[in-house]
Amino acid sequence: MSDKDPDLRRNAPHLELHVPEPAFRPGDTPDFSSLYIPAAGSAPRPDTAAPAAETHPLTTALVRVLGEDNKAVGPWDPKLDADTLRKMLRDMVTVRIFDDRMYRAQRQGKTSFYMKCTGEEAIATAAAAALSAEDMHFPTYRQQGLLIARGYPLTEMMCQIYSNKGDKLRGRQLPIMYSDKKYGFFSISGNLATQFPQAVGWAMGAAIKGDSRICMGWVGDGATAEGDFHSAMTFAAVYDVPVILATVNNQWAISSFSGIAGAERATFAQRAVGYGIAGLRVDGNDALAVYASVKWAAERARSNHGPTLIEFFTYRAEGHSTSDDPSGYRPTNEAKAWPLGDPIERLKAHLLAIGEWDDERHSKMTVECDEQVRAAQKESEKLGILPQQGKDDIGSMFDDVYAEVPWHLAEQRDQAVAEGGE
Amino acid sequence: MPTFNMIQALNDAHKVMMARDPDVVVFGEDVGYFGGVFRVTEGLQKQFGKTRVFDAPISEGGIVATAVGMATYGLKPVIEIQFADYIYPGYDQIVSEVAKIRYRTAAEWTMPMVIRTPYGGGIFGGQTHSQSPESLFTHIAGLKVVIPSTPHDAKGLLIAAIEDPDPVIFFEPKRIYNGPFDGHHDKPVRPWSKHPASEVPEGHYTVPIGKAAVVREGGDLTILAYGTMVHVALAAVEENGLDAEVIDLRTLVPLDLDTIEESVKKTGRCLVVHEAPRTSGFGGELVALVQERCFYHLEAPVERVTGWDTPYPHAYEWAYFPGPKRMKRALEKVMAE
Repeated sequence: MSDKDPDLRRNAPHLELHVPEPAFRPGDTPDFSSLYIPAAGSAPRPDTAAPAAETHPLTTALVRVLGEDNKAVGPWDPKLDADTLRKMLRDMVTVRIFDDRMYRAQRQGKTSFYMKCTGEEAIATAAAAALSAEDMHFPTYRQQGLLIARGYPLTEMMCQIYSNKGDKLRGRQLPIMYSDKKYGFFSISGNLATQFPQAVGWAMGAAIKGDSRICMGWVGDGATAEGDFHSAMTFAAVYDVPVILATVNNQWAISSFSGIAGAERATFAQRAVGYGIAGLRVDGNDALAVYASVKWAAERARSNHGPTLIEFFTYRAEGHSTSDDPSGYRPTNEAKAWPLGDPIERLKAHLLAIGEWDDERHSKMTVECDEQVRAAQKESEKLGILPQQGKDDIGSMFDDVYAEVPWHLAEQRDQAVAEGGE
Repeated sequence: MPTFNMIQALNDAHKVMMARDPDVVVFGEDVGYFGGVFRVTEGLQKQFGKTRVFDAPISEGGIVATAVGMATYGLKPVIEIQFADYIYPGYDQIVSEVAKIRYRTAAEWTMPMVIRTPYGGGIFGGQTHSQSPESLFTHIAGLKVVIPSTPHDAKGLLIAAIEDPDPVIFFEPKRIYNGPFDGHHDKPVRPWSKHPASEVPEGHYTVPIGKAAVVREGGDLTILAYGTMVHVALAAVEENGLDAEVIDLRTLVPLDLDTIEESVKKTGRCLVVHEAPRTSGFGGELVALVQERCFYHLEAPVERVTGWDTPYPHAYEWAYFPGPKRMKRALEKVMAE
């Protein structure tokens, strides 16, 4: 007899374990017609000082600004000038081209790993546009758009990807795990969600010191299942911290759909309700909605009205990384069927609709972005690609473990240098 | 010079550093208004204000993570994990973040923080209030691990830890917070006031991190110990009529190997003592280093006195604790050959 013998209690109804399954698997025809997509402009915009509860209906809605006619509509329209819109479009296009070039570089054996953010470009670039350059970010690995939108040199990013002589992280970090203090971009961790409560801590520091800068923490839908998500929400709520907590719900955590992180039960934005903080659910493929929601949360934080959890609803259009093949777990044409469209096409269509853009200018800009990326790649490859690295300056791998090299590391360094890396 | 117990000495170290450095912030479970369950942070909130000393939610992961964020911002967090047994929810943040951030950012960001935590048994705390998990931290590149054994060293080492540019895990031997312990649990507790190391200088001073102390000179053998076990070892030496050299390591990482090597080469015998379980305990590292450095000077195998490889059992606390009987047997063994 054992505790797991059901015959022991044969007269009671047998319990069932529910294991979530996505709607579509390889071979299925994706059909998102039952997905609830509220009309653009339909979501109300509470005052930024409103009690958190006033935002809670928005956690099951969807803040959308770009309408079917590609015009901006409703109370969330951030009324951006055309230059700002064009800058956001350019940043998004640059991100996509950058991703394509670096993906190819990995396939060519120039580096070990790469991660694209295809379909999610609006989120980081519009968030960067909505915050001040002095504000701090604790990103995940899919917010390369923050760096690009903040004007970070593309060559720096590529040198990191190649772990080459120009890599400021000295060949220590997996490609795309950028870090730059001056650009307010905290070192990316492979241990997911660790950065989410760290962002809260940074903002607590800013509040302790009476600073005016705020902080934005980022997490994916899958990693909301980590305890660190709960820690972040708890501390943010307890100390009413001036932080923006963003969950990018691209619906896929490698091969696990968002239901494995709890999405069958509630939206990710709804988690704000239980903590009593403001929550917004936003169309992540609508750059104007992303901008407006971050701007709203930033105003709220800056005026000491507390934290906001924002769910950016989007779709991971490509694989998790260069090590992933999504055709093994979802239909290959699912991205095309995704009803919220492509963020670049949508912003471009908006600029066209308001008469601030034309196809010729778009082509010209795309060529410029492509040339910029190619030039950066050429420049960075002059400093080497990954297969050539790790042979010189072996002793450097013992630096920065501590401020000063202790005796045991000095001994090991001597041995490593003598071995010569073989 | 005032006479302090270890709690008062640690409290004083906080006061000195909070007054000197406006970036020092202190938080943890119950540390604010109440002053901590062991009273180490008593009076700090009143003196330095609620935004520099405050209670944290029961979330060790959140405490460490927000301290990381604050250190990134430019503050110097000195956080308390109420018992070392509770540190594991914060372990990912400590191992993957606190320890690695200097390295992975090529020193653009550093983690000057102190994680204080009471550890060790002998207080009838059962398995969740008695553990000695120091070797889980000595194994992690990027961390420093400090364990004082007297009020004088506790204050000086805590000040040094707060001033250190790297993260320090600061283990406080809670059995000896109020008085040194000779291992005889049935005897009344002796207060610190009768011990010379309870004399604690006023104001700022440091005990250097990475420097051991020879607390008893002798020629028969060398005993390596830290925390509570320093006092248990000293008592055992007298009870067994030996002329032992007793070294209080004080810092496990970076280790003061020179002091150890010099002593073992002089005595030719070595006993390693800790309260933590034996297998993969820090004693294993010490034995390996001693045999690497002193093999041809050794006259007997290096012995270990440790806790058992079991969870810390409540009612069997004194059968678990490496007390006078285990010390006596090991001393006889290491002296026999």
